[in-house]
Amino acid sequence: MRNYVIRRLLLAIPTLIGLTLLIFSLTQLFDPVERASLYIRDPRQARNVEGIIEKYGLNDPLYVQYARWLGALLEGNLGWSKSANMKVLDAIFTFFPATLELVMFSVPLTVIIGIYLGRLSALHKDRFLDHLTRVIAIVGWSLPSFWLGIVLMAVVYGQTGLFPPGRLSVDASNFVHSPNFIRYTGVNTIDAILNGQWWIFFDALQHIVLPTITLTTINVALIMRVMRSSMLESLSKTYVLAARAKGLDEKEVINKHATRTALIPVITLAGILFASLLSGVVITETVFNYTGLGYWAAHAATQLDFPAVLGFALFSGILFLGANLVVDILYAYIDPRIRLT
Amino acid sequence: MQKVEGKKIPLSERAWVKELKFTIKRIKQSPLSIAGIIIIAFFTIIAIFAPYIAPPPPGRDPYMIPRYGYKPIPQPPSKDHPFGLTEGQYDIFYGVIWGTRTAFRVGLWVVGASLLIGIIVGGISAYYGGIIDEIMMRFTDIIFAFPGLILAMALVTALGRGLDNVMLALVLVGWPSYARVVRGEFLRVKQEDFVEAAKAIGCSDLRIIVRHILPNAIYPVLIMASLDIGSIVIIAAALSFLGLGAPLGYADWGQMIALSRNWIVGPPTNPLLYWYTYIIPGFFLFLFVLGWNLLGDAFRDILDPMIRRR
Repeated sequence: MRNYVIRRLLLAIPTLIGLTLLIFSLTQLFDPVERASLYIRDPRQARNVEGIIEKYGLNDPLYVQYARWLGALLEGNLGWSKSANMKVLDAIFTFFPATLELVMFSVPLTVIIGIYLGRLSALHKDRFLDHLTRVIAIVGWSLPSFWLGIVLMAVVYGQTGLFPPGRLSVDASNFVHSPNFIRYTGVNTIDAILNGQWWIFFDALQHIVLPTITLTTINVALIMRVMRSSMLESLSKTYVLAARAKGLDEKEVINKHATRTALIPVITLAGILFASLLSGVVITETVFNYTGLGYWAAHAATQLDFPAVLGFALFSGILFLGANLVVDILYAYIDPRIRLT
Repeated sequence: MQKVEGKKIPLSERAWVKELKFTIKRIKQSPLSIAGIIIIAFFTIIAIFAPYIAPPPPGRDPYMIPRYGYKPIPQPPSKDHPFGLTEGQYDIFYGVIWGTRTAFRVGLWVVGASLLIGIIVGGISAYYGGIIDEIMMRFTDIIFAFPGLILAMALVTALGRGLDNVMLALVLVGWPSYARVVRGEFLRVKQEDFVEAAKAIGCSDLRIIVRHILPNAIYPVLIMASLDIGSIVIIAAALSFLGLGAPLGYADWGQMIALSRNWIVGPPTNPLLYWYTYIIPGFFLFLFVLGWNLLGDAFRDILDPMIRRR
């Protein structure tokens, strides 16, 4: 097992370097004059673009620039985000808890519903319930998240006034940012519990309902489909036959023998889903004005805030890479066949 | 695939033709895939006859939606404008009809180009192996290290906004998955005896790749391509919705939904007053994607080696 972990970690290093190279080459799509404008803080400086190019070495050979860029990166300097009006790294830490909060609610829900529907579908293979769940899943998968979000907002919020967009209502937001409220994590629901302010908790929860429904509806098909095929496979295995042969209750056979092994690939997928959502739920956050990482990145992109978009992409890539690493290692831990090959 | 007495094998006996016939037979048995085909056929007809269904004003770019005034407030469906006018008085009916062409163009171009690059790179990589293969695999690793939409968004930001750049970005993000699958299939087929035989009689590399390996390796990746069209169209529409893709007033469903953002919740007396601005373009987008996904899902079942031919 230790060897596998070491090998897997070593394999991640070239990818990590490649990731930085890719983001760096994206910065090179801008010519030196454009990149120089990123350093201009004062209109008078604009007359001296040549000087700025000279000063920051924007015409140096690529490997020199890459080394300098990487050095800055290791010090945590990702540049200045004009859309957030703070350093890119600070902006990432500011917006991350909101995204974490959203993902914290929607991924477990997606996984539970997906497993339930997938299992149901497999147990009723080729019968009515199977067809029904599959149609529901395909429909969910085909819904554009931004459209589903808009329709939910129009119908639910528009008609009832419940579950408004945004992250907190004005009163709650003022209170959260006042000195009476300590922001331990930045995740509003958790902080509200820690502060004992239940009204903040319910206010935050209200705002998170519609985005959670949107994300769950769209992603549930992913989990369901894998659960269905993995359940079908495990039902056809000889150990299930053996369990039946020794006279076990059918319920016992399905729950203890078939479902358990069927869950392995689903858990992996859930991990990857968690990582990909955590690294930015761009569309859903934008539709609901939910101020997380994805919302910030989308706004940065429309305002041509390049350091923010590239910093965000780099952060997403590293997070995603790390999560895949963890999932792979967990998988190898669960399934010995993988670490031995 | 054996050659009998130097004669060519008749078309109906070839592996890929048999495969295709089997697929078509299975499609006919599945109601879901039939529904998918009907939806796609419906959109194909709309796309082909767009100039007759919604005639563009003469001398103007047909993809720019004509506008009837400059007021921001949307106008409900009327006799002249069956689906109403959205923000800025753009005709919704015209927009969704010509938007069908945009959707086909984006979906087919992006998937087609990704497929082509994937086949070339994956094929070369698997056939020659060694250092070329190693570099290719590491490069795809890097692309896979990003969630697709985020990398595409960063690329569009760097390349500049616009639908063409969205398509380019989606190709750049998309081809590695095809290359991986093609590579895997090539590696499998490469070991078959008929490839050895072709080498032994002195066929050129190009001939072996194009005539002997490719026809036996291409099927899974074609299926994958059909599965991808729906999600590619959604991502492109999402980027247009964010304001990174199609410009204002362009016949693109995502861009049209973006125009409705200020009108989601109407006045308190009638919150759903402007329903037509988002329901109509969104429904077209949803139906289009649903059609491809129904088709793709049926394909997947038909071609999954674990469950097929039972």
